[in-house]
Amino acid sequence: MKKFSAFTSALLASAFLAAPVMSAELRIGLNDDADVLDPAQSRTFVGRIVYTSMCDKLVDIDQNMKVVPQLATEWAWSEEGKVLTMKIREGVKFHDGETLDAAAVVYTIERNLTLPESRRKSELSSVAKVEATGPLEVKFTLKSPDVTLLAQLTDRAGMIVAPKAAKELGANFGSKPVCAGPFKFVERIQQDRIVLEKFADYWDKDKIKVDKLTFLPIPDTTVKLANLRSGDLDIAERISASDAQSVKDDANLTYADVIGPGYMAMYANVNNGPRADNPLGKDKRLRQAFSLAIDREAIGQIVFEGTSLAGNQPFPSTSPWFNKNLPVPARDVEKAKQLMKEAGYETLDIELQHANNTTQTQMMQVIQSMVAEAGFNVSLKATEFATLLSEQTAGNYQLSRSDWSGRIDPDGNVHQFVTCKGGINDVKYCNPEVDKLLDEARTSPDEAVRKEKYDAVSVILNDDMPIIYLGHQPYAYAISKKVEGFAPSPDGMMRLLGVSKK
Amino acid sequence: MPVYIGKRLLVAIPTLLIISIFVFSLQKLLPGDPILAMAGEERDPATLAFLREKYHLNDPVIMQYFSWLGSMLMGDFGISLRTNQPVLELIGQKLPVTIQLAVMAMIFALVIGIPTGILAAVYKNRAIDYIANIVALSGLSVPNFWLGIMLILLISVQLGWLPASGYESIFVDPVRSIKTMIMPAFVLSTALAAQLMRHTRSAMLGVLSSDYIRTARAKGLSPREVILSHTFRNALLPIITLSALLFGELLAGAVLTEQIFTIPGFGKMTVDAVFTRDYAVVQGIVMCTAIGFIVMNLIADVLYVLLNPRLRATL
Repeated sequence: MKKFSAFTSALLASAFLAAPVMSAELRIGLNDDADVLDPAQSRTFVGRIVYTSMCDKLVDIDQNMKVVPQLATEWAWSEEGKVLTMKIREGVKFHDGETLDAAAVVYTIERNLTLPESRRKSELSSVAKVEATGPLEVKFTLKSPDVTLLAQLTDRAGMIVAPKAAKELGANFGSKPVCAGPFKFVERIQQDRIVLEKFADYWDKDKIKVDKLTFLPIPDTTVKLANLRSGDLDIAERISASDAQSVKDDANLTYADVIGPGYMAMYANVNNGPRADNPLGKDKRLRQAFSLAIDREAIGQIVFEGTSLAGNQPFPSTSPWFNKNLPVPARDVEKAKQLMKEAGYETLDIELQHANNTTQTQMMQVIQSMVAEAGFNVSLKATEFATLLSEQTAGNYQLSRSDWSGRIDPDGNVHQFVTCKGGINDVKYCNPEVDKLLDEARTSPDEAVRKEKYDAVSVILNDDMPIIYLGHQPYAYAISKKVEGFAPSPDGMMRLLGVSKK
Repeated sequence: MPVYIGKRLLVAIPTLLIISIFVFSLQKLLPGDPILAMAGEERDPATLAFLREKYHLNDPVIMQYFSWLGSMLMGDFGISLRTNQPVLELIGQKLPVTIQLAVMAMIFALVIGIPTGILAAVYKNRAIDYIANIVALSGLSVPNFWLGIMLILLISVQLGWLPASGYESIFVDPVRSIKTMIMPAFVLSTALAAQLMRHTRSAMLGVLSSDYIRTARAKGLSPREVILSHTFRNALLPIITLSALLFGELLAGAVLTEQIFTIPGFGKMTVDAVFTRDYAVVQGIVMCTAIGFIVMNLIADVLYVLLNPRLRATL
């Protein structure tokens, strides 16, 4: 017993002695677990949240989605969007001490283009050649003019990795990623946590206000909020709309949200295989009628507790790319009925597939009852997500409901969905005029010129309506009052530089 | 005994073979493409084609089966499509977590279930019996996810006694490890404790009414001795079989409990693997579970024989 009490008092003493070395740790609850922690191979949203603190990019975006310097201090387009030259920041170190220079940038971009497992190839597909034109200057030569490249470089394609570590680990780089961000990788336990610590040699180290970041995947929102309330978490990302009010009412928490660049939509099978051969797929008036029968504002109020934004275009009305001449339509059942009559239908049976989660099911039931008033007899087909994805690709659907998380550049939210050869054109819509406009919009560094093209495309899509846009979801956060300086970014990433904890 | 165990193991081989065929073919019947599920929003055709090739998804299904079976016999369960880690390594990481959870739950269940079962049998049709039955019935009928969330809200959020979720390895921080596991283990144990209680009660009642107990009582043994050494030991046999089978059920129950408490264990890995169509992982998990079941049953049978001398002759 004596021994035991001596042991405990020693333990207590050491605990007290250790106490003054306080280190601030920020614990963040994520919706899922990240996948491979290699910017070249990664594909999950939560993975990008982790990279935002670990891997700096050539360029970043600000609160208005404008491209701003990060590792590249300045850049210039020349020859009508065919050559991009970038000046690289001086004195930047990787986490392993290696110096970040033009050669490292070239190495990373080439790795993204050539690693067999790379998921960045399509994002960088316009790059013909990348070369170091000086110790701190990089030149991208493009196959064809593509101003959207700059926006790609604000994300994983532009995250520069340490060449030495990347060469050593190859496709296994994700097991021990080495980048040049404010926090460096410490450890990862699958499905449990990812731990990063402050990088003392970061180029902007004065802005780092915490010593350690721990990311914890907690998919259940109730459990995530319980962790936040009990103090086990400091920030919870993407909390569900139904929890927004209770977070606002909690004296220890702050609620923050921002409308993201993505959209919620229903895809009408207009040309993908034999199942496109149905009235809704063949007659745009029916799709217009369907769209008009939906009360988008009401959906936002009922399903998303007023946190979402009604929409009718690939861009939210908060975006500079939104076509203001096409405001979000109010519900008009009479007009919908009239359009159906013109198309020769009193009633029409439609099968609508959607993901089998609570929010989607609720949303689809609301829509089902709304369009019923115009004569649409919708049967809902709740489908597990992986199946939905392959059914949608294979064209085995009539109307399919899914989301797009959104991209910084407008091109990423529309080109691949509606151009004849678009990679995610699951509706197989094909209109040479749309193709021409969207291809041209890629080539001009002048935003006013681009805006004109996207406006024109919005008008055509709003008439042909292969995709029925419904609205835009927010990125919503619940934050402990102990955390200071956190502001949500419109791309849903968590920028933690400057964020501190009391 | 070694001959008996050897025989049982031999019989297990065709069982495992049949299971392997089932798992493999059922898995292939699932709609949904693993490569697409994995790609999510980034569907670059060239990369997708490369990955299909890399994971042999273009080969005929029969060939896929035999190459999987072949490498499995060599101890290679394949590579996770999602994380690139070897399946065995993944299972090796996750299994100890779930076993810790299951063992703790089993301890809870035994500690709660058996004494209450004995008490209920001894005090049959008295207040203790009724209370034990009501508690057992609630234990069986309260859904795990509801109980889990309620406990989190009460014990973590309101009282702040235990962490709401998460996991710590027992080798890194034993105190925190046990703390994070108490609530999940308790939730997981409720249904089990209830079943154990019911079975202990009926087994005890069966033995209590037998002749040799009357004899034991008649020759003047103390009630304590009668109940613990004579009744309980005999009642223990069916309870052991049940416990071994229930241990398998625990692993299944762990799927839900691990989801609620965000424990990075076997169950959570299974669910994630199914949703992302991570074939190799699902197959590996099912095979390991099947082997686990066979081993548990074997252990139960061996224990049976050890505890019941009458059965030794049948070997």
